[in-house]
Amino acid sequence: MSQTTTAPTIGFVSKKTDVRWIPVIGLEVHCQLKTETKLFCSCRYEFGASPNTLTCPVCTAQPGALPVLNREALALAVRVAVALGANVAPRTKFDRKNYFYCDLPKGYQISQFDQPFCTGGGLTLPSGKRVRLTRIHLEEDAGKAVHDRGDMTLVDLNRAGVPLIESVTEADMQTSDEAYEYLTSLKEILQYAGASDCDMEKGSLRCDVNVSVHPEGEGWRTKVELKNLNSFKNVKDAIEHEIERQIEAYESGDKSKFPVQETRLYDATTQTTRTMRSKEDAHDYRYFPEPDLVPFHVDAAFVEQQRTMLPELAEARRARYQRDFGLSPYDAGVITGSRAVADFFEMVVKLNGNAKETANWITNGVLANLSDPTIPAKTIDELPFRPHDLAELVELVTNHTIHNNVGRTVLRTMFETGKSPKQIVKEQGLEQVSDEGQLEKWCREALVGKDKVIADVKSGKTKAVAALMGPVMKASKGSANPELVQKILLRIIQTEM
Amino acid sequence: MSGFADYARLDATALREAIVSKRTTASQVVEAALARIAALDPELSAFSTVLADSARARAKELDAALARGEPAGALCGVPFALKSNMCVEGVEAHCGSKILAGYKPPYTAPFVQRLLDEGAILVGMTHMDEFAMGSSGENSGYAVAKNPWDTSRTPGGSSSGSCAAVAARMVPLSLGSDTGGSVRQPAALCGIVGFKPTYGRITRYGLVAFGSSLDQVSPFTRSARDMELVLSVISGADEHDSTCLPLPAIDPERSDSIRGLRIGVPKEYFASGLDADVRAKVEGAIAKLVELGAATVPIELPHTEYAIPTYYVVATAEASSNLARYDGIRYGPRTNGDGSLQSMIAATREAGFGPEVKRRILLGTYVLSSGYYDAWYVRALKVRRLIRHDFDEAFKSVDLIACPTSPTAAFRLGEKTDDPVAMYLSDVMTVPTSLAGLPAVSVPCGTVTLGGKQLPVGLQLIGPSLADARVLRAARVFEDATQHQREIYALAPSVREGAAR
Ligand SMILES: [Zn+2]
Repeated sequence: MSQTTTAPTIGFVSKKTDVRWIPVIGLEVHCQLKTETKLFCSCRYEFGASPNTLTCPVCTAQPGALPVLNREALALAVRVAVALGANVAPRTKFDRKNYFYCDLPKGYQISQFDQPFCTGGGLTLPSGKRVRLTRIHLEEDAGKAVHDRGDMTLVDLNRAGVPLIESVTEADMQTSDEAYEYLTSLKEILQYAGASDCDMEKGSLRCDVNVSVHPEGEGWRTKVELKNLNSFKNVKDAIEHEIERQIEAYESGDKSKFPVQETRLYDATTQTTRTMRSKEDAHDYRYFPEPDLVPFHVDAAFVEQQRTMLPELAEARRARYQRDFGLSPYDAGVITGSRAVADFFEMVVKLNGNAKETANWITNGVLANLSDPTIPAKTIDELPFRPHDLAELVELVTNHTIHNNVGRTVLRTMFETGKSPKQIVKEQGLEQVSDEGQLEKWCREALVGKDKVIADVKSGKTKAVAALMGPVMKASKGSANPELVQKILLRIIQTEM
Repeated sequence: MSGFADYARLDATALREAIVSKRTTASQVVEAALARIAALDPELSAFSTVLADSARARAKELDAALARGEPAGALCGVPFALKSNMCVEGVEAHCGSKILAGYKPPYTAPFVQRLLDEGAILVGMTHMDEFAMGSSGENSGYAVAKNPWDTSRTPGGSSSGSCAAVAARMVPLSLGSDTGGSVRQPAALCGIVGFKPTYGRITRYGLVAFGSSLDQVSPFTRSARDMELVLSVISGADEHDSTCLPLPAIDPERSDSIRGLRIGVPKEYFASGLDADVRAKVEGAIAKLVELGAATVPIELPHTEYAIPTYYVVATAEASSNLARYDGIRYGPRTNGDGSLQSMIAATREAGFGPEVKRRILLGTYVLSSGYYDAWYVRALKVRRLIRHDFDEAFKSVDLIACPTSPTAAFRLGEKTDDPVAMYLSDVMTVPTSLAGLPAVSVPCGTVTLGGKQLPVGLQLIGPSLADARVLRAARVFEDATQHQREIYALAPSVREGAAR
């Protein structure tokens, strides 16, 4: 930032005016619920399916069709509410939000206006900061309009009617990092609750941001809404940019440049925002109670049932992994970063009882391979092998059947072929060789012409023998037992040379 | 094939009996229906679509099934018609609107399927006021149905065609939809039976929405016993409609008596604006009920005068949203405008909707707008509760309420088209019941003479919530005790000639 410097405490102190500017940030997050069927009809939803194939009279708004609430969506929504410590309303209703757009087949969205199914609750960030939630409501997603086909706009209604929960925070955040942390924590909870994939790239998580800044000690100023944020990093960058833009605007002293209440679109390529619509253009959504759906009751027993269905969340697992398994905070954090990974980890540990080594193999082996673009599997769910196979691999390494480095090769082959580690070791003859006769033969070959090394070792620099390890391992295709090789090399040099 | 000679004389129950007892066949009945439609409809314009081929094919199937000794459905071989706002897969349901010209639904409404499953035969779709907005059938984007008693007069609306089709004996059964009286008022004006059940007794899935909290599928029949039969088939729980009550179908009452029933007579329904001749007929009908053993009790429904304005806030608010889907994007004709999305939607709706529909969309949009919502919509909901409360209070001391269905007999086509408020007031006797969601029937109770022609008058019987069967029983007992049904056969001369052709 050109005019400001980051202060050690909250806010930005202007170099020009010495004013400390305090940002105020709130988030609105839309998450698609991972239900079998859409919110008000029995259509399935799948990202990337052929356009308009996952539709029916209800979600294409055929005349005469009516919505019926999917109880599974309500159950997941309540589970999220419970996970976030929110209060579930005993009686709630749906409302119609009226506006025209080509991806909104009914000309209204079924949403919740003045009686959201839950209020309150919140999240404690890893930094210890508490972010309160105002409300969470349930609504249906719109379809998708595709504008990149010349002068045509194509409409795909597959997504129309997919259940969404919209969570709105209080304006409790003051830095872009807090917003980033909030999103990460929220995503973690939703994934652990089994409620959503929270995949921004697939649109299953969308985030709008409200930002304002004010001089320390003064009241809040006009807030600006930011949209079109396609990644957590975008959210962070956009907030930083917007804070800077607003401070500069106020410090210019030119009232005509002061921030106005409006919605701005973020452009990730130029890292700038531009006006999308001003307050005057804001829609009058003409909310009114949805007459096609009767108000519904969520009784305490239902809420309790959802509470019992909530799995152990990430925070609790991280603590348990450190306490019971002795994992480092870092490893515990990486493994619990996704529920699927944590679940996989626990399944492997259940089989081999070796949490530390397993954690090591997951963080350095499995996850590293998943991020390799040449490997087809991208997520833990797409692994071509089962927990049983990884447990076997860890065991082969720890009982010295194969060397650690060989283990890495085997894991790679598992990713490529889906074969079990034992099978791979057998087929490629990778079992560690501890037969002294064979090892001695490789050692003697490696010593040929290595007079300098031999001299060093003989003069007491035994570490010099390391230079010979490579050739031996190479000759053995990695299968030589390294401890034995070192012993044999030293014995030959010291006793025979 | 000329068809079954007695066709026009029989109600649905008798027609089924004739088919099942092999006095005739479903095919003969369908031929008679098609012949009568061909003879009369050019003058009456009840039908927008006649499904001759599929009706004949279905009749053949039914006859074959009967010949094989398969059990006959409750409506086996009974021809019926549907209002054009009802969905049958592949059959045009234009709702009387240009904006749905050529629209063929991809699904069949469950209430229609239940009729079909009991052997009823769909012979056609009928004309109506556009999106059921009207009381005379004149707000149609296609054709205006005529009253068979006097073709210069309205059959009532908005279910004008479905009513005219039954009144002229083209079919013994049809379905209309009643939002503020759109079945009861035409039934009264055409001398047949029209019944609006308790809100939620019949699924609305497949009925194109006008005012969602008011709309009910409502049949027209020639006799009260037919009405009981039809309701036992189409009412009852449906998983596709959350507002449909989780109750079994309406079970007709066995009793043939109304002895001991306390019948409330609301003074507000006999006030100024009620035609003197109509009043006399309705009072005569109430005297008949007393003769049959019922007791009358004077009652008050003090918020009646607010019913019409309340209705026009609630119904138009819901309609403004329900009709938002007609944007030219997924179905119906499209007008492109200047090429932008907003312009395309605006141009499509400008070209597709008629003036009354536009008026109501504007009204509904206005009452939901920010700044007006509390003053109009919220207040209307409060008054709606007061109107419902009036009925709740009344039903603490009475079993049924009796009153006119319509303040006048059929008015002339064109008479009220320039005055929407006058048109709205023709529903003054039916709207309060709709707002309260109560069951109400209109049964013929005689005729008055107007312009040298006899025109029917309807008696409205209103019951408390879920007392549908009681309302229908009273209608049946009244009908059995009077000769109005027979009197009603004195159809308009032109129609009689048409039938003879
Ligand atoms: Zn669907």
